[in-house]
Amino acid sequence: MNQITPLPTQASPDGRALSLSIRDVGMVFNRNGHTTHALNGINLDIREGEFISVVGPSGCGKSTLLKLVSGLRRPTVGDISILGKPVIGPRSDVGIVFQSPVLLPWRTILQNVMLPVDVLKLGRTKYEARAREMLALVGLSGFEKAYPQELSGGMQQRAAIARALIYDAPVLIMDEPFGALDAMTREQMNVELQRIWMQSGKTIIFITHSIPEAVYLADRVVVMSPRPGRILTTMPIDLPRPRGLDDMMTEGFGKYVREIRSMLGDDGKGGRANDHQTNW
Amino acid sequence: MTIRPTGEMTGASPALPHVIPEEPSRLAALRERFLLPIIVFVVLMGGWEWLIHVLSVPGYILPPPSAIAKAFWNGFATGAYLPDLWVTTFEAVFGFVIGSSLGIFLAVIIVVFPTMERIVYPYVVALQTVPKVAIAPLFVVWFGFGLTSKVIVVALVSLFPVLVNMIAGLRAVDQDRLDLLGALSASRWQVFRYLRFPGSMPFLFAGLNTAVVLAIIGAIVGEFVGANKGIGYRIMQANYNLDIAGAFALFMVLSLLGLVLHSALKFVERRVVFWSSTVQAGGH
Repeated sequence: MNQITPLPTQASPDGRALSLSIRDVGMVFNRNGHTTHALNGINLDIREGEFISVVGPSGCGKSTLLKLVSGLRRPTVGDISILGKPVIGPRSDVGIVFQSPVLLPWRTILQNVMLPVDVLKLGRTKYEARAREMLALVGLSGFEKAYPQELSGGMQQRAAIARALIYDAPVLIMDEPFGALDAMTREQMNVELQRIWMQSGKTIIFITHSIPEAVYLADRVVVMSPRPGRILTTMPIDLPRPRGLDDMMTEGFGKYVREIRSMLGDDGKGGRANDHQTNW
Repeated sequence: MTIRPTGEMTGASPALPHVIPEEPSRLAALRERFLLPIIVFVVLMGGWEWLIHVLSVPGYILPPPSAIAKAFWNGFATGAYLPDLWVTTFEAVFGFVIGSSLGIFLAVIIVVFPTMERIVYPYVVALQTVPKVAIAPLFVVWFGFGLTSKVIVVALVSLFPVLVNMIAGLRAVDQDRLDLLGALSASRWQVFRYLRFPGSMPFLFAGLNTAVVLAIIGAIVGEFVGANKGIGYRIMQANYNLDIAGAFALFMVLSLLGLVLHSALKFVERRVVFWSSTVQAGGH
């Protein structure tokens, strides 16, 4: 698939370096006297360069898991380490793409992509060429001087992806990045994301509501149960790359989707909806 | 007569197309924008003039518009207004700049060091509650009849709206944006520089727009209390001389000054917060 640079620290059974490991992680929220178990006994190993999708019903703690992995929150119990180093706070080797693009309206698209460079003090002149490269990679060449509000939702989300790619974090976490897009733009973005991932060789953790989207993109799909969030299964997706949109019509693809859907079963539709994203 | 083939027509009754207004031309747009205000103005002024003549109201009670226009014209034609206009403009603008700069500075201090709010804010509110007319004579005693006392009054009235709006602006930060910078382990200073400060600009300009109008009032209040030049001083003189038409003409000068300063600020605002009007559309 991609060239894997061997890491000396840990190795998974098949010999590829371990990018991320989650050990017995649990998260309990305490709000107004109610204790909510958001996550319970999460164990997951992700190899370098792997594309992992996380699916589950609303309120299964997907986004909580993302916040823990990105270091924005600390887990109640358990350990998370990325590239062998424990996660104790936000770190610059992890890039994040949020549900909404979160572009700053007073900055041009180029300046928005350069924001991590400014904050991490990486050197403007050195990185500006790279910023243009990343914009080209996400198909936004020529929009460097545009302001976010002049772009469509899909283009804004692509700019956000370019921003997450610029500082070359080996791990990229994406929290339902295409949830707000219409179905057609979303399909396009999935194709683009697969291409970007194959070119960059990053480890990607992709959180989504949509089972077909998860299957289409992932090497392995992590299926989560409703609250308290547990991992029901981790399903390897054995489909050739690069995958086209037509592949979503094949029997093999459908089998994966059906299997995951049946696993989520009625619990999935039970609707402890705490966010208003609709399914794909 | 162009009728656009919009969706509204398809399902509508055949009578509907006649109701759809024709595409307005540029001239029509101009007419639409200015004709009605002009007509209203002319009717108002004409009615005023007519009433004064019919009821034979003496000029020292209420002057007719023609007398005001004449006084206004004379004031500028003889150059009599210009030195006073300059003085008042200077007081208002200089005081406004000092007051709003101080407001911005204090807002930043209060937001960056939350304990400062409890220390600084009570004084600011206390100062704001005291009527400026009441303390303006003190400033004349302390700082004399010159420009200084007026600039201080103006600075004091401009400070508060800027301070309050700037504090609100610096605090109104989107959690998503905070997370974005948090994920990059940005420092408090970086969050301030890249997020809070630029994000507060629409709030700041809301405060500045209020402050600039108050600044002119502040300058006039300062001049009323004790001055030997300025538009406010001229208004006092006109009142003493029962030159009511002259006083009205000076009100017009003040209104024009207010309009000019306000437009200048709007001009700056459109360039600084160019993103603000569309910010909702682009946010999510």
